[in-house]
Amino acid sequence: MFDSIFQNLFNALQWGSFYSLIALGYTLVYGVLRLINFAHGDIFMVGAYIAFFLSIFFFKGDLALSGSTTLVLVIPLTMILTSICGVTLERIAYRPLRRKGANRLYVVITALMCGLILENGNLAFLGASRKSFPELIDKVVYQFGPISMTNLKIGVVLSSIIVFFILNAFITKTKIGMAMRAISYDKFAIPLMGIPIDTIIVVTFVLGSSLAGLAGILFAMSYPVLDPFMGALIGWKAFIAAVVGGIGDIKGAFVGGFLLGIVEIMAVAVFPSTFRDLIAFSILLMILVVKPTGLFGIAKSTKI
Amino acid sequence: MKKLSIPLLLALIAVGTVLAAHFELLDLYIQTVIMFVGVNIILSSSFNIINGYMGEFACGHAGFMAVGAYVTSVLNLMLFTKSKAFGPPLLSPDLALYFFPVTLILGGIAAAITGLIVAVPSFKTRDDYLAIITLAANFIIVSLFINMDIVGGARGLMGMKQIIFAMEDIVFIPWMLIWVFTFTYLTVFIIRRFVTSTYGKGIIAIHQDEIAAEIMSVNTDKMKLVAFMLSSGLAGVAGGLFAHILGYINPNSFGILKSTECLVMVYMGGMGSLSGSIIAAILFTLLIEGLRFIIPAADTLIHYLPLIPDTFHLSQVLKWVIIPLILVILMQFRPEGIMGNRELSDFFPKLKRFYVFK
Repeated sequence: MFDSIFQNLFNALQWGSFYSLIALGYTLVYGVLRLINFAHGDIFMVGAYIAFFLSIFFFKGDLALSGSTTLVLVIPLTMILTSICGVTLERIAYRPLRRKGANRLYVVITALMCGLILENGNLAFLGASRKSFPELIDKVVYQFGPISMTNLKIGVVLSSIIVFFILNAFITKTKIGMAMRAISYDKFAIPLMGIPIDTIIVVTFVLGSSLAGLAGILFAMSYPVLDPFMGALIGWKAFIAAVVGGIGDIKGAFVGGFLLGIVEIMAVAVFPSTFRDLIAFSILLMILVVKPTGLFGIAKSTKI
Repeated sequence: MKKLSIPLLLALIAVGTVLAAHFELLDLYIQTVIMFVGVNIILSSSFNIINGYMGEFACGHAGFMAVGAYVTSVLNLMLFTKSKAFGPPLLSPDLALYFFPVTLILGGIAAAITGLIVAVPSFKTRDDYLAIITLAANFIIVSLFINMDIVGGARGLMGMKQIIFAMEDIVFIPWMLIWVFTFTYLTVFIIRRFVTSTYGKGIIAIHQDEIAAEIMSVNTDKMKLVAFMLSSGLAGVAGGLFAHILGYINPNSFGILKSTECLVMVYMGGMGSLSGSIIAAILFTLLIEGLRFIIPAADTLIHYLPLIPDTFHLSQVLKWVIIPLILVILMQFRPEGIMGNRELSDFFPKLKRFYVFK
């Protein structure tokens, strides 16, 4: 009984890492812009596809590099290319609207539509056939007593934790991080202080999208079947995780992601697997009803 | 004459369409498109109460549609047909004609009660947190139906065509068209009466400033409750009609994509404009159905002019690239939608000479 709980807990940590990595991207953009970037789940999907094409190019193509060399090359390249995708969206879709001072809702709708365009554009141009991701590193199974772990799962969990600490240090220690926090504190005073607001926003999108790209690689390696709609559901769920943690707070997003992972895996362990979404969302709904600003969110008092 | 012009025009359209369908001047496909236009008008105008007039960002309208669709279908299947899941009919199938609107309204009431799971949290929560609650509600409702084996689970529920046949056995006229017209008119009428009444103005007051509205003695909690329940109830009616038009429903067809369609229609038409959401619903439905023919035509055209390799074909999926693209462009150049928050008579003041619409 205890063995299966620990085994499930470990699997939950792996699922939670994906949610956390994506939720961090949501929360970064939200914290700075107060914009729910609904296209973020699809940027994750784009990241997985970029990783797929790159690794096919390096691993199976004329170069025929070894698996680990490919991985070392693919991770930074995917992160860079995915962040280019994210920044492009910002430049062509969100920035013009922001310049016009449009209502926040219109930007949200634009983001939602950009996500649909990415999903269906991918389906229309790359076809409905599922892509299978090549196996880059050999699977090693470690046995810790009754719990079995693969090197990949350990890698996923570790990298998400490391990324969180790097990001946290970046936000709290560097000047750009300070500027990001400042924008979320008071958007109107910041340009007066001589901080280039657009540069900071681009940096935010680069950070968020490259995290989604990283999540894409890790996901594609763990579950090596890619399809264009893989990002949709995970994206929505990661968004919910970010909100439960208290959106705009990176610690909240990180914890919320793991929490959602644990709730889902535990629900599947006890009930039939079709109940997963039902139980996970009901619990999250209850959390939000009891604490409407999420676990770490601070209630903003409305002024008259 | 001024008072009668709008009802006359609407009656003329309805009677004309029904007669044309009855004498087989319209084929079944066009009839289905007309019925979908009606359903979409109900969906978009009822969604406009929350997202337009009240200014909240809800994104789970399809969930309430699902409740209405399932409740109405199950009631009808139980009462009037012999099915494996629900046994022999409880009433004589001859009564289907008279009870169909009753079951539709019962489905709407069930959906309105389900709307409570969104309405009650909305007292305290606003903005993005409310968005997430509606989203979660949509997911919960859909997965609830997936897990209910009695209504077919993920396989879906069918057999609603038999009810239509039962109605047509009594009098052979296109009944579904009549019901769609009736309920579409009724919905638009109810919403129009509601938002222009003194009581309903409270919703617009909440949009402008919730705290100020409360000081001005608007009971905001009650207004929110009424708005959410009315909106989700009407969505339930739309769901019931949708189920009987198709004759088959599946929980996954009420997913987040359907909610996105509703969002598209509301924002395309303009927040807080009833005529805007009607126009947007008509345009949107015609666009979706039109692209079904335009895309193959464009495909042959660009293969005729050798622009792309022969092996590549434009697929129907492109529909879902083109529609979002149109909306993105619309948001860039006319972010308030087609109508903004104005009605048709504000755009063309001369029209006021010809009708009064209350």
